Amino acid sequence: MAVITPLLKGLAFTLKRFFSKPITYQYPEQKREPSERWRGLHRLKTENGQLKCVACGLCEAVCPAKVITVEAKETPDGRRFPNRFVVEVTRCIFCGYCQEACPKDAIELTPNYEFCGYTREEFHMTRDVLARN
Amino acid sequence: MLDFLIESILKVLVVFGVLLFVVAYTTWLERRVLGRIQVRHGPNRVGPQGLLQPLADGLKGFFKEDIVPVNADKIVYVLAPVLSIVPALMIVAVIPFGDSFRLFGREITMRITDVNVALLYILGLAGLGEYGVMLGGWASNNRYGLLGSLRTAAQMISYELALGLTLISVIMVSGSLSLVEIVNTQTVWWNAFKQPLAFFLFLICGLAEINRTPFDMPEAEAELACGFNIEYSSMKFAMFFMAEYAHLISLAMIITCLFLGGWYLPFGIPTPGLLKFPVFLAKVFVLVFFFIWERGTFPRLRYDQIMRLGWKWLMPLALANIFVTGVVVTAVA
Repeated sequence: MAVITPLLKGLAFTLKRFFSKPITYQYPEQKREPSERWRGLHRLKTENGQLKCVACGLCEAVCPAKVITVEAKETPDGRRFPNRFVVEVTRCIFCGYCQEACPKDAIELTPNYEFCGYTREEFHMTRDVLARN
Repeated sequence: MLDFLIESILKVLVVFGVLLFVVAYTTWLERRVLGRIQVRHGPNRVGPQGLLQPLADGLKGFFKEDIVPVNADKIVYVLAPVLSIVPALMIVAVIPFGDSFRLFGREITMRITDVNVALLYILGLAGLGEYGVMLGGWASNNRYGLLGSLRTAAQMISYELALGLTLISVIMVSGSLSLVEIVNTQTVWWNAFKQPLAFFLFLICGLAEINRTPFDMPEAEAELACGFNIEYSSMKFAMFFMAEYAHLISLAMIITCLFLGGWYLPFGIPTPGLLKFPVFLAKVFVLVFFFIWERGTFPRLRYDQIMRLGWKWLMPLALANIFVTGVVVTAVA
C-alpha cells in the first residue's frame, strides 16, 4: 500500500493538470505584453522633426559590446548632429547603458522585441532607420 | 475456398490499414495528451487541432537523409527495423475485435483468424519483436546503442518470465489458449475481477515488455541519448517508432481480451450486437489513454530498480498467484 498510494497520487495530480487550461501563449496570434521597462529595439528620438542626438559619443564610449558608431557633423548655424549613427543590433546585448548615458535623452530602447531579417546588413541599423523604429 | 481466400485477404488489408492509421494517430494522441498534462497545447498547428501532424511527420521521415554508419554491420542494421515492426503488426492477426456480423448473406467474424494457441503465438512474437531492438543497437556499432541493447536483453528476460507466469493463471481460469475462447468465458465476470493481481502484474510486465515509460531503459533519452535507435534516421527510425506504437496498441488489445472481457459489458449486462465493436474500441482507447497518462506521470526507474522489481516482486507474486489460483480452481472443480 505504501508503494501504491504515491503512484495513485501522482496519477491524480497529472489528471488534474490534464483538465486544466494550457498556459501557453500561442505566439504569432497571441502576443505577450512585454514589461514597461523591457529593453528591445533601439530608437533615436526626435523633437520638432529634428534628432535630439548631438553626437557627443557618450553612448559609443559606454557601450560594452562596442556596437555603436557615431560620426559628428555641424550644421552651418553651429548645431551638432550625427552624420552617421550605426547600431549593430545583432551584437547588441540590450543592456540599456546607451540610454542611461545619453545626456540629451536622445536614444531609447523600445519594447519592440519582434524584429527579424534575412541579411546581416539589415541589422546594421543606420541613423534614419533608428529614427523610424 | 476462393471466397474464404478473398474474405481473408480483404480482412487482412482492412485490419492492416486501420492499424497503421491508428498507430499514426496514437502518436498524435500521445503528444496532445502529454502536452495537456504538462499544461501546454501539444501539436495544434498542422490542420485543425493538429490532426494532420502524423502526415507531416511521415512526410518529414521520407525526406530525411538515410544514414548507414560506416562501421555498422550493414545487413543486420537494415534488417533490425523490419524485424521490429513485422512481429508488432503480426500480433494483430489473432486478436478478435468483436463477434461476427452478416454481410451479403455471409457470416463474417471480426478477427483475421482464431488460432487455438493464440497466446503462445503472441508470446512468441512479443519475444521476437525485442530482437529488432537488440540487433538494431548492436549493429549500429555505437556505445549508447549497445548499452540500450544490453538493457533490452536484460529487461526482456526478467519481465517476459513474469509475463508468462501471469498468463498461466489466466489460462487456468479460462481453460483455453485461444483469445476468442478466453473472451467468451468473461461474459459475466471479467478476468480483471477474477484475477485482480494477475491483471495488475500483466499491466506492469506488459509496459516493461513494450519498453514503455517507466520501463523505457533501452532508449532512456537522458542517459543513452535514445539508446538502441541512436544511429537510425529517416524511415528506419520511423519503423522503430511505428513498431513501438503498434506494440502499445496490441498490448491494449491483448489486455482487453484477456482481462477486460473483450467486447462484453461487465456483470452479465447483455451487449447488443451492434455495440460489441464500439465496446471493444472503448476499452482499448481507455487503456491507450492510461498508457499515455502514466507516461506523463511516472519517472523512469533506475536500472537496478527495474531488475529488483522484476525478479524480487513480480516473479514471486506471479508464482504465488498461480499457486492460489490452482488451489481455488481445484477446490471449485
